[in-house]
Amino acid sequence: MNYMNKRKKIVLSAAALIIGLIHMVPFYILVTTALKAKGDFSSKWVFPDKPAIENFSEAWETANLSSAFYNTSIITVFSALLLIIFGSMAAYPLARRQTKLNKFIFMLFVAIMVIPPLTALVPLYQLVVDIGMMNTHEIAIFNNVAAYMPLAIFLYAGFIRSTIPKELEEAAKIDGASTLGIFFKVVFPLLKPVTASILIISCVYIWNDYQFAIFFLQAEEVKTITVALAGFFGENANRMNLVAAAAIMATLPMVILFLLLQKHFVKGLASGSVKG
Amino acid sequence: MIGVETRKETMVRSSSSKKQKKPKKESSLWWMYLPALAVVSFFILYPFISGIKISFTNWNGFSQTYDYIGFNQYKRMFSDPDTWLVVKNTLLYGLGSTLFQNVIGLMYALLLNQSIRMRSFARTIVYLPVIISPLIMGYIWYFFFAFQGGALNDILILLGIDKINALGDPSINTWLIVFVNTFQFVGIAMIIYLAGLQSISKDFYEAAEIDGASAFQQFRTITLPLLMPSITINMVINIIGGLKLFDVIIALTGGGPGYASQSMSTFMYDLYFNRQDAGYAATQGILMAFIILIISLAALVFFKRKEVEA
Repeated sequence: MNYMNKRKKIVLSAAALIIGLIHMVPFYILVTTALKAKGDFSSKWVFPDKPAIENFSEAWETANLSSAFYNTSIITVFSALLLIIFGSMAAYPLARRQTKLNKFIFMLFVAIMVIPPLTALVPLYQLVVDIGMMNTHEIAIFNNVAAYMPLAIFLYAGFIRSTIPKELEEAAKIDGASTLGIFFKVVFPLLKPVTASILIISCVYIWNDYQFAIFFLQAEEVKTITVALAGFFGENANRMNLVAAAAIMATLPMVILFLLLQKHFVKGLASGSVKG
Repeated sequence: MIGVETRKETMVRSSSSKKQKKPKKESSLWWMYLPALAVVSFFILYPFISGIKISFTNWNGFSQTYDYIGFNQYKRMFSDPDTWLVVKNTLLYGLGSTLFQNVIGLMYALLLNQSIRMRSFARTIVYLPVIISPLIMGYIWYFFFAFQGGALNDILILLGIDKINALGDPSINTWLIVFVNTFQFVGIAMIIYLAGLQSISKDFYEAAEIDGASAFQQFRTITLPLLMPSITINMVINIIGGLKLFDVIIALTGGGPGYASQSMSTFMYDLYFNRQDAGYAATQGILMAFIILIISLAALVFFKRKEVEA
């Protein structure tokens, strides 16, 4: 690769540029669509002379996005928090104490990871109705925590096994610390890199979740961003500019976070995909 | 604070205490994974097991009573033409997206691994859709393909060609779903291949160069075999992701026209919520879990074996 001549380099750079531009096309169309005024049916490839910024405020109001942002934020934050606390706690004995029981439990978590939880949609829905948790933040949080818990445990256990020296805990034990004390004061702080990855994975997936939310969060006051957007799309199929404006606002927070923390996002999401 | 102190201590002792101790009988510390196990058991394991029970009933999803009807739902499933249409679509979404994501992802990785301009720009843009909700990504492409006022038809009008209803045509729209899913997740394949490429030592290529191997020979004899672990990961995660596809279908076609573009996930949803056919929906769910399990395990074993050969 060091011997690449100048001409070849220019051609390849142009190819990279073209790939980038092609992948931007749908986003360009999204933006021009969102900025077309009501009744403007001109080509979506042409940027409007007078961008209809007011589409954004109208979409925000009619799609009830402030409530949707609130719901999505609550669900994402609490799910991520529980995943990190209970996931790291669970991974610790599973990584460290190789008893028969622990080996079995670990295998159980790994096996569950392969099956998409929604294949059991019918009984899950019935369960949620039975325990009276329909249309609550809690059910969304529980479902997400259950869905991503095996992955969190898998990643934490792998990290503890490969990078945390056992001697550390033994030393703390000699100092007379309790197991939980050792875990949260000695081990947990050393798990920062994998905690960051799990945080990113769970935030991206849960923030973007539609499959769980559509079943369990149908009431107006608990709708998340994706559910609100899907409903909004259904009611405004002939006003694509409003739907596009809403879609831009719905994705913007994640896109900004991604552009700021790109390296962490890429690394975190890649580690999450290595579950095969 | 404790962390710092003990770490110092460890430095000293870790060298000396390596072999001496074999700890006494360990306790499982099971209470530490109890909360995680409880949540997973209650919201995944229990529903999964009771789903098997429901698949042997004619339950409609809301009434208090139902009958056990043995294997009737299973018989019905295997003789239902809709099942095979939906399984065929699901396989197309799973295997089709996997093929395209890997071929294109590998090509992008090979290009964007070179030290060229525009490299990080292209990587960022290709990766960006990964963090966007699949539902919203579906809508974004809907604006492109829509019959009324879609960007694609804007071009066709300009060229004087008849508008096409790409999303309403069952011979096209299943492929568009594959296309959108590929577009969204090709970035993950690219990143995994980039990491794989960067782990291959430059020495191999230098040696091959001296032996006069062509670029293609180098790719076939060095790059491809050493990339096998990345290929395995990509194959398995893309297959699982594609087989359970849901959001994109809802956004682009709603599964239509009719059942033409339904996947197993959307079919199950339709059976349960629109047709009040809970027993049958549960049976379809079991078939879906079974198909995903078999295909992803088969892919895992197949590519792992290739890794060993390579």
